[in-house]
Amino acid sequence: MIEVLLFAQLQEEAGKDKILLDIKEITVKEIKQTLQTQFHLSQIEESMVAVNESYALEGDVIQPGDIVAIIPPVSGG
Amino acid sequence: MRDNLFEIVEDPISVESLIEKVEDRNAGAITTFIGTVREITGEKKTVYLEYQAYKPMAEKMLAQIGGEINQKWPDTKVAITHRIGSLDISEIAVVIAVSSPHRKPAYQANEYAIERIKQIVPIWKKEQWEDGEGWIGDQQENVPYPTGKPDIKDEDND
Repeated sequence: MIEVLLFAQLQEEAGKDKILLDIKEITVKEIKQTLQTQFHLSQIEESMVAVNESYALEGDVIQPGDIVAIIPPVSGG
Repeated sequence: MRDNLFEIVEDPISVESLIEKVEDRNAGAITTFIGTVREITGEKKTVYLEYQAYKPMAEKMLAQIGGEINQKWPDTKVAITHRIGSLDISEIAVVIAVSSPHRKPAYQANEYAIERIKQIVPIWKKEQWEDGEGWIGDQQENVPYPTGKPDIKDEDND
């Protein structure tokens, strides 16, 4: 299982703040594609991905048990 | 984390408490930045704002910004608190305090901190206007995640 956290607009579009994916290893790039295909989230393209609270690169591999967060463009301050 | 220098909170922020966190006998300057909720942006009138954060990561990223500042401007002390939840017009959303032996680094580091917050800290703002609502993306009309940014793989508390 890989836990995917959603925030802001993505959370509203999906209608939930968390998605559980029953997959083994997957790259950051692949998980973005999977979410895009399954949930049609508008901002996936421009979002960053964090794995276990650190920004990850497209080629990084996500393991079962990792906590993934999709980070749309931020607007704090 | 010592003294909670980098916090995401849900209650009103006390500017005084941030000043206390960075006070130092060797400081000759303390700068504070207070970010507040603005009513009019362009032609839109904000009724209130809602901030959301990925709290554990947001606090980590604030700490990372503090680390970057300490490297760029040695002898500075930094404290940052960002509030989340619903905020009314004029309420304080973020406070940044920086102390330094001399004034220039305190000013420069403080400005650097707010710019970095707007780049890398997972906090989102939702505007409630008179006629609708919307999550605000990148406010600065620049690329929110410039490539080659130094924070992709954090070097935890070096």
